Amino acid sequence: MTATSEGIPNPGAAIVASGLVKRFGDVPALDGIDLAVAPGTVFGLLGPNGAGKTTTVRILTTILRPDAGEARVLGHDVVREPEVVRNSIGLAGQYAAVDENLTGAENLRMVGKLTHLPRPLIKERSVELLERFELAHAANRPVKTYSGGMRRRLDLAASLVHRPAVLFLDEPTTGLDPRSRSELWAVIEDLVADGTTVLLTTQYLEEADRLADQLAVVDHGRIIAQGTPAELKAGLGSTVIEIGMPGEGSSLMALQALAPLGVQPPTLDGTTVKLTVADGPSVLLDALRVLDTEGIAPTGVTLREPSLDDVFLALTGHAAVTGSLVDGSAA
Amino acid sequence: MSPLTKLTTARRAGDTGPGTVPAAEPTAPTPPSGQRLGLRERVSWGVSDALAVTQRNLIAYTRIPEMMVFSSIQPIMFVLLFRYVLGGAIHPVGYTYVGYLMPGIFVQTVCFGAMSTGIGLAEDLGKGLIERFRSLPMARSAVLAGRTTADLCRNVFVVLLMTVVGVAVGFRSGTGFFPFMAGVFLLLAFAYALSWGSALIGLSARNAETAQAMAFPLLFPLTFASSAFAPVNSMPGWLQVFVRNQPVTIVIDACRHLMVLAGPDAHDAGSPLKALAWIIGMLAVFCPLAVRKYRKIA
Repeated sequence: MTATSEGIPNPGAAIVASGLVKRFGDVPALDGIDLAVAPGTVFGLLGPNGAGKTTTVRILTTILRPDAGEARVLGHDVVREPEVVRNSIGLAGQYAAVDENLTGAENLRMVGKLTHLPRPLIKERSVELLERFELAHAANRPVKTYSGGMRRRLDLAASLVHRPAVLFLDEPTTGLDPRSRSELWAVIEDLVADGTTVLLTTQYLEEADRLADQLAVVDHGRIIAQGTPAELKAGLGSTVIEIGMPGEGSSLMALQALAPLGVQPPTLDGTTVKLTVADGPSVLLDALRVLDTEGIAPTGVTLREPSLDDVFLALTGHAAVTGSLVDGSAA
Repeated sequence: MSPLTKLTTARRAGDTGPGTVPAAEPTAPTPPSGQRLGLRERVSWGVSDALAVTQRNLIAYTRIPEMMVFSSIQPIMFVLLFRYVLGGAIHPVGYTYVGYLMPGIFVQTVCFGAMSTGIGLAEDLGKGLIERFRSLPMARSAVLAGRTTADLCRNVFVVLLMTVVGVAVGFRSGTGFFPFMAGVFLLLAFAYALSWGSALIGLSARNAETAQAMAFPLLFPLTFASSAFAPVNSMPGWLQVFVRNQPVTIVIDACRHLMVLAGPDAHDAGSPLKALAWIIGMLAVFCPLAVRKYRKIA
């Protein structure tokens, strides 16, 4: 390796990308992605469908070649040294890429063989991983009998057989029920505690908030905001208050009356006023007091954590859903 | 007890010792950095990777026995249909009808069986398995080599089964063990070449239904407008030109030559060398195209 750090900031990072561009036909999927992930940390790529998250992961895992820009994993160029990169990475995807006709144990042993581990080690690792992911009872059952959560755990286990130092998780919990999701989160947290560097893509702010040390928000193939989850949420206000109004007139009145309370101007969705605030419970009381003074009786009040839509609205002025419709083909 | 504590406990029990960071230690016996692999390692890993994929596909076949059963029923029905329903009206010169028929049935069976290579690859693509394979440090060729090798093994079983069926309905080779086995070899080699063609279709189709829909209109005319079921000189002149010069007929005629003892005035027996040339030609075209397609799909 001659030019280890040329043109790339942060040579000590486990994953570095600079100026990644990828087009599918005329559709730009990535439009200049820069990122750096410190070893042993979790980096979250947050964005709607079609934002370019999966394309980024596929380039970093050597599956796809970028049209421009470069990327390194543990110092190795993903285009020029794909074989070296593949030795140190694991990939678990949203489609649970395990063979349905094989048993859980057979799937892990196959990956062990394909990563050229010595035979005794393959057996040891498979048993260990199946136990660790609570799949030991189903080890000798074909995967087609597994539940969605079990498949996803097996998929993650399969990506860990060769103990990769860098793990890529592409929407690891999309489509899972809440219980399976929190089980998977616990497993991922456990991995990170062991020193694995993780790059995670997600559509869920909650997931990014819980798992990631650093977050990048992606939209239309670009990173539009970067920081710790706390920093990003501080910019947004940490809570959203939604107040349903009986009619259009009253909702417009409320919009005006509540304006001073939010960290940014309140928005109107139908007859529901959405207010982003820093301190939910106390502002909620103030808001109700203001409405009471104005003589407006709300039809419903909800207090919730900000969603990806809120992040997008705050950062781009458009909702995440719109992004996915416009850009859906570029996933 | 929460799932988190349970998982954490299980993990700790598996640890090698206090203070170790197993995830950061590369335990695979691979060159630590930058270093390129030697040719010998490359070849031996290429072979072991292909075998691992072969094994995976063979296990899958045993897990869906109903597929094996149903894919065997169709050729058996063809044997019964032509042997007992239609065959009485077909009189090839120099052969009993069952003797004329069986090489045709063998070749037709492996032709339709070849579809499973493409269908399997299309399914792997659709389910994201190929994506996983592409992120692993395995040989690039292993997915295609493994799949086609597994299908070759399956064809050995299929040819054995069809031979037994043939004997049961009165087929007798009469050419001796070695010529017959040479016929079997030609048959399996043709099936292997077809598998690569099928792989190309499967990788282009990207889902199982499309792969099947693309392969069928190719295979149907090739297997029926051939010397499989009826003597070629019974067909109209313009059709004979196509039939005599297409690879399925050429392979059937070569198998017939090797597998069936015919009378001196027999038609539709051909040169094994010509068939071998076709097989080599097909491999020379399909293998690189399929490998190229596999590299390019993303």
